[in-house]
Amino acid sequence: MDKLLLIIKREYLAKVRNKSFVIMTFLSPILMVAMVVLIAFLTRLNDSEKQIITVLNESDFFSNEFVTTETTSYINLSNLPLQVAIDSTENMGYYGLLHIPEASNIEEVATKTFFYTKEAPSTSILEKLEGVFKTRLEQDRLYKIGVSKQQFSTIEEPFTMQTATFSGELNVKGFNEIKAFIGGGFGYLIMMFIIIYGGFVMRSVIEEKTSRIIEVIISSVKPFQLMMGKIIGTSLAGITQFAIWIISGSILLTVVIFFFDIDPSSFDASNQMVGQGVPTAIPSASMINEKVMALGMEIYKIPWVMLISFFVIYFLLGYLIYSSIYAAIGAAVDNETDTQQFVFPVIMPLMLAIYVGFFSVFNNPNGPTAVAFSLFPLTSPIVMLMRLSSGIGEGGVPVWQLITSILLLIITFIGIVWLSSKIYKIGILMYGKKPTYKELYKWLKY
Amino acid sequence: MNHILVTKEVSKSYGDYTALNKISLEIPENSIYGLLGPNGAGKTSLIRIINQITYPDSGEVFFNGKPLNPSHIAMIGYLPEERGLYKSMKVGEQALYLAQLKGMSKTEAKQKLKYWFERFEIGDWWNKKVQELSKGMAQKVQFIVTVLHEPKLLIFDEPFSGFDPINANIIKDEILELKKKGTSIIFSTHRMESVEELCEHIALIYKSEKILDGRLIDIKNEYKKNIFEVGMQTLNGLEIVNDLKKHFTISSETFEIEKNQLNFNLQVVSKSSQEILTHLASKAPINHFIEKIPTASDIFIETIQNKGVNG
Repeated sequence: MDKLLLIIKREYLAKVRNKSFVIMTFLSPILMVAMVVLIAFLTRLNDSEKQIITVLNESDFFSNEFVTTETTSYINLSNLPLQVAIDSTENMGYYGLLHIPEASNIEEVATKTFFYTKEAPSTSILEKLEGVFKTRLEQDRLYKIGVSKQQFSTIEEPFTMQTATFSGELNVKGFNEIKAFIGGGFGYLIMMFIIIYGGFVMRSVIEEKTSRIIEVIISSVKPFQLMMGKIIGTSLAGITQFAIWIISGSILLTVVIFFFDIDPSSFDASNQMVGQGVPTAIPSASMINEKVMALGMEIYKIPWVMLISFFVIYFLLGYLIYSSIYAAIGAAVDNETDTQQFVFPVIMPLMLAIYVGFFSVFNNPNGPTAVAFSLFPLTSPIVMLMRLSSGIGEGGVPVWQLITSILLLIITFIGIVWLSSKIYKIGILMYGKKPTYKELYKWLKY
Repeated sequence: MNHILVTKEVSKSYGDYTALNKISLEIPENSIYGLLGPNGAGKTSLIRIINQITYPDSGEVFFNGKPLNPSHIAMIGYLPEERGLYKSMKVGEQALYLAQLKGMSKTEAKQKLKYWFERFEIGDWWNKKVQELSKGMAQKVQFIVTVLHEPKLLIFDEPFSGFDPINANIIKDEILELKKKGTSIIFSTHRMESVEELCEHIALIYKSEKILDGRLIDIKNEYKKNIFEVGMQTLNGLEIVNDLKKHFTISSETFEIEKNQLNFNLQVVSKSSQEILTHLASKAPINHFIEKIPTASDIFIETIQNKGVNG
C-alpha cells in the first residue's frame, strides 16, 4: 500500500511538473477565450460584408418589398435592358441581379423571375428572396378570396405551444435542450478526459519501457501496483488541471461581472446560456429577463447533486476502464507509432457514444438506441450522463436501467482491469517486435 | 556451507516455448556465483523468477532456507542487463524513489545515498536530470541504487557493460568489497575474463537446461586434459622426445626445437605431472613446466559444443 502511494506520488509529480502540462494548464483557458473571441470576430466580419443585389423591376406587382437589411442591400435599376443590367451588375462586382419581368398577373411574374449571379447563389440569400415572393404571393392569393393586406398582417402572429408533464408541471420551452446540453457537456468532458489522460498513461508506460527502467521497478513492486499507481497518479494530475481551470474560470467570471458592473441577480446561474450584452442590446430586456429567470429557476431545479454524484461515478469507472486499456496498449508496443492500430478501436466506442448521444439522446432520451447505449459499458459513462440530466424515475431514466448500467460497468471494470494487467505484465518485459492481436491473446494465457 | 538461494527443479515456459527446464542450483552464501550461458539460454528468466517478477510453473525456490516470498524482495538487489532511469527525473529524487520502493525509509535512504555519492565523488549530480548524464554516469547511479538497501543477495546482469575500463574496475572493486562484507552475489555474464577474476562458483545454462555447475576450481580440474607445456635447455631435443615416447603414452604433441632450446606441448593419457617432471628433470635443465588448465572460456565453449553435438 505504501508503495502504491509512492508510485501515485511520483506519477503525479512527474506529470504536474512537466513543462507542457504547466503550459497547457495556464495557456488553454486563454486559448479558449481567444478562440471564442476570434470566432465571434470572424462571424461578425463575415456578416458585416453586405451582399448588394441589384433589382431590375419591370413589374407593377413589386415596389417596396425589398428592404435593405444589415446583411443585404438592394439597388434599384430601372429602365435598363436586361443584358446591360447584367453586365453592369457584374462590372460593379455586386452579388447578383434579380430580374422581375412584366406580366399580366403576379403568378406569371413570379414564375418568370430570374436571379442572375456570378456563381450559384448562397442558400441564405435565395431563401430571403424566395421569402419575399412567398409572402407577396400569399398576400395576393388571400386578397383574391377577400382578405385585405391589413387583415393579412394580423394573422402573422407567432405561436408557442405550452407543454407540461403528466403530473402537471409546466415545462419551459427550450429547457429540454438545455438539459440535454448540460448532459452532453458532461459526456463530452468524460470523453475528452479519457482520450487525453488515457493517452498520457499510455505514453508514460511506453517511456518506462523504452528507458528500460521498468525491470528495475518491477523487481521492487508488483506490475499491477505500478499500473494502478500510474493510472491513479495521472488522473489526479488531470483532476488538478480541471480544478485549476474551474477556479481560475470562476475568478475570471467574477472579475468580468465586477468589471462590467453586471447585476448577477438578473441572470443568476444562467450566465452561460444568455451571453454577454443581452441586458443592454435588446430593448425588451425586462421580458428577456423574465424568461431568463424562468430558465434559471429550471436550471436550478436540475438535480445537480444527483447529476454530479453520478458524473463522478461514471467518470471514475469509465476512466479506469479505458485507461487500463491504454496502459495495456502502452505495454504491448515499443514506441508510440505502433499504437495506432490498437488505439483506434478504443476511441471508436467513445466517438460512437458522443454521436449517438448528440443525435439520438437529444431527440428521444428514452428511445431504444439511447437505452441500449446507456447500458453498454463502453458507452454508458457518456450516454447515461446525457440521459440523466432529465432526472431519475418519472420522465427520466428508470431506476432499473441506472442500476443495470452501473452494475455492468463495475463488472466490466473488474474484467478489463484484470485482462489489461495480464497484458501489461507480459508486455512490459517484451521488446523488439510489434505484437499482433493474436499474440496479445496468447499473452492472456501465460 | 549455508546456501543463500536454492532452486529445485524450477521450470518455466511461455506458451510452447520452454524457458527453463528443471533447473536446480545451490548458491552458497558469501560468494560470487557466475551464472553463465549464451544469449537466450534462460538466464534472465531464472533471474526474473528469483526477483519474483515472474513465477515458476513448477519447482521451488528457497531464500535463506525459506520458500521465496514477497518479504524477500527487500533483501535482494537486482541490476538488470537492460537498465535505465527516468530521463526527466532528477538523480537524487529518483534514487530516493527507487530506494523507497525497496522499502527503505526516506531518511535512511538519504543518509546512505550521501555516503555512496561521496564515495563515487558524484555529490554534485544530485539535482541534475538523468538526461544530462552520460551513459556511464547513469550506470554509476544505477549501481548505487541497486546496492543501497544492503541486500543479502545481489544479482548483477552484465554489470560492466556500458563502463569504460577505469569505471569497470571501480565497479569490480566495489563488488569485491561487498562480498567481503558478507553479501552473496550472482553474476550473470558472458564475458569470461571477468568470470575468471571474480567467480568462485559457476553454473552453465544452455538451451533452458543446466549443463554444468560447481566450484570453478573443481570444474577446471575436471576439465584439464593433462596437457603440459615444457621448455628445456638441451642440444639434442629429438633424443629427449623419443625417450619420452618410450615411457609415456602421448596422445598429441607439438615440438619446437631451436638451437639449444626445446619447447614442447604434450598431452598424456594418464600419469601425474610429478612423474613427468621427475623424468624430464633427469634429462636436462627445465626452463618452465606448466600444466595447462582450461580457462572458463574454454570450458564454456567446449561444453556447449559437446552439447550441441550430442544433444
